[in-house]
Amino acid sequence: MLASSTRLDAKTPSGPIEEQWDSYKFNAKLVNPANKRRYEIIVVGSGLAGAAAAATFAELGYAVKVFTFHDSPRRAHSIAAQGGINASKNYRGDGDSVYRLFYDTVKGGDFRSRESNVYRLAQLSGSIIDQCVAQGVPFAREYGGLLDNRSFGGAQVSRTFYARGQTGQQLLLGAYQALARQIGLGTVRLYQRTEMLDVVVVDGRCAGIVVRDLITGDITSHSAHAVVLATGGYSNAFFLSTNAKACNTTAIWRAHRRGAFFANPCYTQIHPTCIPQSDEFQSKLTLMSESLRNDARIWVPKNPDDPRPSNQIPEDERDYLLERRYPSFGNLAPRDIASRAAKLEVDRGKGVGPLKNGVYLDLSDAIARLGEDTIRERYGNLIEMYERITDENPYTVPMRIYPAPHYTMGGLWVDYELMTSITGLYCAGEANFSDHGANRLGASALMQGLADGYFVLPATIGNYLAPLLGTKPAPTDHPEFKRAEQETRDRFNGFLAIKGTRSVDFFHRELGRIMWNYCGMERSAEGLEKALSEIPALREEFRSDLRVLGAGDTLNQSLEKAGRVDDFFELGMLMCRDALERNESCGGHFRTEYQTADGEAQRDDDHFAHVAAWEWTGDPLRAQRNVEPLDFEYAHLATRSYK
Amino acid sequence: MSNTINLTLRVWRQAGPDMPGAFETIDAAGINTDMSFLEMLDIVNERLNSGGAPPITFDHDCREGICGTCSLMVDGQAHGPQKGTAVCQLHMRKFHDGQTIVVEPWRAAAFPVIKDLMVDRSAFDRIIEAGGFISAHTGGAPDANLILVPKPVAESAMDAAQCIGCGACVAACPNGAANLFTAAKVAHLNLLPQGQPERLSRVEAMVDTMEEYFGSCTNHGECEEACPKEISIDFIALMNRDYLKSKVKNNRLLARAD
Repeated sequence: MLASSTRLDAKTPSGPIEEQWDSYKFNAKLVNPANKRRYEIIVVGSGLAGAAAAATFAELGYAVKVFTFHDSPRRAHSIAAQGGINASKNYRGDGDSVYRLFYDTVKGGDFRSRESNVYRLAQLSGSIIDQCVAQGVPFAREYGGLLDNRSFGGAQVSRTFYARGQTGQQLLLGAYQALARQIGLGTVRLYQRTEMLDVVVVDGRCAGIVVRDLITGDITSHSAHAVVLATGGYSNAFFLSTNAKACNTTAIWRAHRRGAFFANPCYTQIHPTCIPQSDEFQSKLTLMSESLRNDARIWVPKNPDDPRPSNQIPEDERDYLLERRYPSFGNLAPRDIASRAAKLEVDRGKGVGPLKNGVYLDLSDAIARLGEDTIRERYGNLIEMYERITDENPYTVPMRIYPAPHYTMGGLWVDYELMTSITGLYCAGEANFSDHGANRLGASALMQGLADGYFVLPATIGNYLAPLLGTKPAPTDHPEFKRAEQETRDRFNGFLAIKGTRSVDFFHRELGRIMWNYCGMERSAEGLEKALSEIPALREEFRSDLRVLGAGDTLNQSLEKAGRVDDFFELGMLMCRDALERNESCGGHFRTEYQTADGEAQRDDDHFAHVAAWEWTGDPLRAQRNVEPLDFEYAHLATRSYK
Repeated sequence: MSNTINLTLRVWRQAGPDMPGAFETIDAAGINTDMSFLEMLDIVNERLNSGGAPPITFDHDCREGICGTCSLMVDGQAHGPQKGTAVCQLHMRKFHDGQTIVVEPWRAAAFPVIKDLMVDRSAFDRIIEAGGFISAHTGGAPDANLILVPKPVAESAMDAAQCIGCGACVAACPNGAANLFTAAKVAHLNLLPQGQPERLSRVEAMVDTMEEYFGSCTNHGECEEACPKEISIDFIALMNRDYLKSKVKNNRLLARAD
């Protein structure tokens, strides 16, 4: 079962962990400033990682092309991140340090991430804040003009920087503005409303990409010396998630099919604080930032059939479930733990709301202590959003929340340089697997996206490019490009030719239902086996009964979705296989067979302290599982305890 | 409490940028009032698809009011009847049984229709590319706490910076002006200490680019009414002040307090 591969060399620098990044940078090959413009780099995706990387590459002097399927780079889904970004600045003087952020992240990830990468992330965290402030990101301030901080789950220090409840928006606008500056200077060429549909490999190196112009339907190729995929996560495999509607796996999945290993696909994060589903037509789930857990308390009535309105239920008849189970971290327990605690209560029939599918997130104590104005200043926009969606007022009635798919820790396997197993193809941000192990801590996604984009890739890509001086990338009329273009055309014409009866959304919703039921917050061998028989059957139906109207040579939103859902089917199978083969519980991956007596996740470090990196074989049900062992020299393997 | 209403939609259909468009009457029966406006359109599209008619093309993405992609005129109002709300967050409980709803794309010369309800807003990007940034290359930043920003300044910059770039201000303006968008972006950066070195060159470049694409502001104030983030038109006054200054102030004296 366990094959190991020479291609899984993480290229981790030797030496003490504190010195690895510096020694890597010193030893890496450099490209002379005057030669940089001779290199072309393609960046796919314009979120935090993509926009930051593209802007920085261009500042360094490289010739850059950026591709986004949005109408503007500023729309990327990073924009929706609410709560904040971590950095080990220790501005509160509360004992934070690079080492503590490193340790918290490895522990929060349930000891399933690569130590060297996480340490580098913690080291770079402070520079990110410096960079963002210099760009004009309007972070929250104290009266003296210094930066403010808040706390987040999984940490006992206040290290989270924030801009109201719109931190992702402000950080993305910072990166977008840096990118826009380069576009204005002519160093970056932007292709908007253009979707990447394939990666082209020539003579063992990534030579470029195949794209579809979403307005004209034209399928064309672009070549470059190196390609960076920064295309986000795949939570929409569940159909209902907190992701934007267009988020998809196509870019990384197509790269996987061309030889990039896909690591830990089953590590998906279910976020504890989302607004519960209200009806079957719901198109997405909305997140309420984890930052609310700083001031709100999570509870359910002790009596599940209590008929009284929530504010009339006395204190001693409420079960503050997280404070009871995890007294030291309380409402700030990590996401995976908080999510399962909520699910447990709802499964026991103790849920609240008309469908009994949520738990209370109650601000009333904080309002009594701090006043409504302070709460409004901290969370005003979140509370308004809740009110618009539910028609309930959180200043007087507790909010209702339930977990929802939110983030995917898995993604393309990358080495220390963020290069995938395809030479010359890099992957950054949520799209790669590298830093969060089996569970991501709150306010760490923004940190990773920007670290990858501003600091890691600009330092590592030169090491690959330098020896290529004077070479040209394979031209786009190379047979490999032409073949990939034709395959893409055939694939999309194929969707149009089915002329069945069911819409793309119908199949996506059905796939999501299978994924949520069997590969969601709890997984079992039995359920996963079932999913692995149901998904291929549903996919057969998709291929014989899909109805996509209109034509391929024009704007066609149904056709765009058909390609994305087609890839979600294959990814869904791989997620289930990965979950089935990982016979342990860790972080966001909870297998019912592997739990302690009191229902906590039970890891199996002897057999599973490794990365599972899947290799495409032509059939997702027969993908090859390769292993990269994980060593914990600094953050010693221990059972996580937030009690 | 949720219930079900029956609606009639009058939707703008246009096959392409240079094609003629027209309103089409589409039945939307049995709509649950807990749905969002876009979920209602999803249902309508699902029914169109089943009936063999091409679905309505519209822009949308995050559906939580932050990405700024959605862009619908609902009964002549940008983002519809609920104040301070993007159309993706508008819920059907704001409509009544039997209502006819007119759904159109943004109407502005600078935002040509691409198809049905989808328009091209890339003129906004041109304004940002002209100067809507602080030139701070990666790696050169000083420690974040070396730059003190008074709390009221940070708050005011944030009030402007929360613009989602949806274009409702332009769609609502009788002149198709982009002054509120541009002013929000100018104010975000020009209020902050980090933005001072490029303060005047920024406003000049952004306003000049804005005027290449958009109409002129005549202080109707419709933009503020339509803005889903309720951004104040006071920022337009600030932009105008800085723009005027850019024409008279000697840039070589920018570092002197005056």
